[in-house]
Amino acid sequence: MISNLAMGFGIAFTPFTLLLAVIGAFVGTIIGALPGLGPSNGVALLIPISFSMGLDAISALVLLTSVYYGAMYGGRISSILLNIPGDEPAMMTTLDGYPMARQGLAGEALVVSGVASFVGAFIATIGLMVFAPYLAAVAYKFGPAEYFALYMLAFCTLGGMGSNNQAKAAMSASIGLALAMVGLDKTTGMPRFTFGELHLQDGIDFLVAIVGLFAVAEVFFFIESHGKDSAIGVKLGKVLIPWKMLKRCTGAMLRGTGIGFVAGVLPGAGASLGSFLAYMTEKSVASDKDTFGKGNPKGVAAPEAGNNAAAGGALVPMLTLGVPGSGTTAVLLALLLTLNITPGPLLFTERPEVVWSLIASLLIANIVLLLMNVPMVKIFVHILSVPAWVLLPGVTMIAFVGIYSLTGSSFDMLMMVGFGVLGYVMRKLDMPTVPVILGILLGNAMEDNLRRAMVLSNGDWTFLFSSAISIGLWVAAILGFLAPFFLRRVLKKPPMPETDPTLNED
Amino acid sequence: MKNWTRAAVAALMMSAAAPAMAEECIAPANPGGGWDFTCRQIGRIMTELGLVPNMVQVTNVAGAGGGVAYAQVVADRNDDASVFVAASSATTTRLAENAFAGATADQVRWVGTIGGDPGVIVVGKDSPYQNLTDLVEAVKADSSKVAFAGGSAVGGFDHLKVLMMLDKAGFGDARAVKYIGLDGGADAITQTVGGFAQAMTGDLSEITGFIKAGDVRALAVLSDERIAGFDDIPTAKEQGVDITAMNWRGIYVPKGISDEDYNKWVDWLKQVGASEQWQQAMAENGLAPYDIFGADFETFVAENVTEIEGIAKEIGLLQ
Repeated sequence: MISNLAMGFGIAFTPFTLLLAVIGAFVGTIIGALPGLGPSNGVALLIPISFSMGLDAISALVLLTSVYYGAMYGGRISSILLNIPGDEPAMMTTLDGYPMARQGLAGEALVVSGVASFVGAFIATIGLMVFAPYLAAVAYKFGPAEYFALYMLAFCTLGGMGSNNQAKAAMSASIGLALAMVGLDKTTGMPRFTFGELHLQDGIDFLVAIVGLFAVAEVFFFIESHGKDSAIGVKLGKVLIPWKMLKRCTGAMLRGTGIGFVAGVLPGAGASLGSFLAYMTEKSVASDKDTFGKGNPKGVAAPEAGNNAAAGGALVPMLTLGVPGSGTTAVLLALLLTLNITPGPLLFTERPEVVWSLIASLLIANIVLLLMNVPMVKIFVHILSVPAWVLLPGVTMIAFVGIYSLTGSSFDMLMMVGFGVLGYVMRKLDMPTVPVILGILLGNAMEDNLRRAMVLSNGDWTFLFSSAISIGLWVAAILGFLAPFFLRRVLKKPPMPETDPTLNED
Repeated sequence: MKNWTRAAVAALMMSAAAPAMAEECIAPANPGGGWDFTCRQIGRIMTELGLVPNMVQVTNVAGAGGGVAYAQVVADRNDDASVFVAASSATTTRLAENAFAGATADQVRWVGTIGGDPGVIVVGKDSPYQNLTDLVEAVKADSSKVAFAGGSAVGGFDHLKVLMMLDKAGFGDARAVKYIGLDGGADAITQTVGGFAQAMTGDLSEITGFIKAGDVRALAVLSDERIAGFDDIPTAKEQGVDITAMNWRGIYVPKGISDEDYNKWVDWLKQVGASEQWQQAMAENGLAPYDIFGADFETFVAENVTEIEGIAKEIGLLQ
């Protein structure tokens, strides 16, 4: 393996590719930081450019993986400074990152999350390197029943989210689940709640919902308060490396990495689920639960490590099975296919030079990103810290452009404004918005898997509990649901998400 | 610091700006699928053959399984002679099932197909079914025991393949066939290898890696002849089931253009199809030759739509 890795570095480590990695990491971080432009837009935008630049396969891979990882790093910046997630997995980072920024700890939050991102991504890349061929087999163990249990676990732990009122969190999640029903129903092939509108056939894009609920709603608040008490305009002092805080967060980062990586490896779970479960786990193991949601650095470290680890983990099914675990890996898969590299079970043996140079370029991109995101974080902050009256129209414009670029239709933009109104109302009612997004993101897959399970078992519900993995997940889900009610004080060691325990190799 | 900011803005602008180009190919999906592939390959080869002076611009208009792009072409670009749209069996399937909000197949002009992805039916490597006959007999004996997994929703092309195959093999009760739709062929095969579904149906190109690795066995390929490079997979026809299901890769153009322009597109597409570059692209991506052009293709599409309408009524997708 070491010789393979050396070969990978031999191919990928040239001044030119290093330059590409730096450019990719920089552009990626900005794309990630801008609300509405997520990693998948960024990578999709750059594919044609890399072709017109005449890059060879390896260089194109280096450039685009740097953008991919860069966007994963960048998403946190606007989460922390603006309370608007730059992309969907960074959603959880707003919960503690923004309160930290309000307390004048923006620099610390950025450094902690940057280091957490690095830890998550780096360990995940090593995990990818060492275990990829074995991990491919894990996907074979997950059938409809197991996936359904996994999503149940996510929804059952929602109770302890953001708002102090669990009923409100449940209601938000229901709104999200209801919105997820819109679109073509896979099990019957019939459209639901589309009112004959073609743009609704694919369902509601979660990016539209995120940008609406966070960015547009923020604009409404800004207008209402004339800029007072708004998210915009958090000042950043001198950035020092808070060693003590980092040390306190080591455990959170490692746990987040483990959970995120496993979530990433499972196709259909992905980075958002990874960061969500990482946050919820951290919150339940912490002794200082009360400070979560009010600016606890562990609440920043865990989801950031989780989402970056998931980004690395998602490459496992993409490379070994050709199954993309997320929107971005779907675009990367497209890139590989256009380069005439077909991911699948034979990729590691047939095209080792591609795989190992990809891994080498991931490691390079990661180190570049750590250097860029910790000592040089001020540069990115600088971009976001222009006066609010400049920034806000800018954010709004980018949000509109980003959403328009999804389908090229004005319909999505109107829907985004609609979500903005919803987000405004929900915030007035003190209802958390994250569960809505979670519902939209996972609701579809959860329903599809339940119905597939019912088709497979001819309607026998016991099928849902027919394997050790699903029973383990159900137990974890039930514990996660009941824990906040009964064990609030007693519980110090709550359930880890019960996938195969041998896989938690962190 | 200011310079850094400017550099960032410049980098963004560079990544967002696309050079101005004349001919445009609309891929009705996000980058990465079959339609995007069709656009990018045909566009590239058209430029390389010197048919068009510039690079062909590829626009991704995703939504409603191609419906958004279809509606856009019909409504807004009906007389635009410089645009062509990637299409496949999925396009005609959805048109036949009235999934494009009332649009019909005769609202555009069908130019041709230059390749096809043969349908294939596979089982896990430890499956008791050794050939297509075994599988069909198992379905006839108890259809609730054999679940098919495919990469499209119910009513999609992967589902239709199973229904058409079973129908030709003498099992006509389409509603009794168990089918689960997943997100793409690779996903469906994962479920089959994992033993959750008993058989899988998809396009050959999606699963070549799994066949070569020995994770699955192909029982039948749904083409007229065996496919080069996969000579040991028998066709369904050899096994007595008369079915061909090719996921063709072709293009359509707006209805309102002149016959002259239409013929120009047919001619260009023929040249692309005959080119060495396309032969190579097909070989690398598991496509088989499947050439139908011009008027023949328009007839083919019309017949295809009628056939699918019949099945859709049977399974209750259409009234």
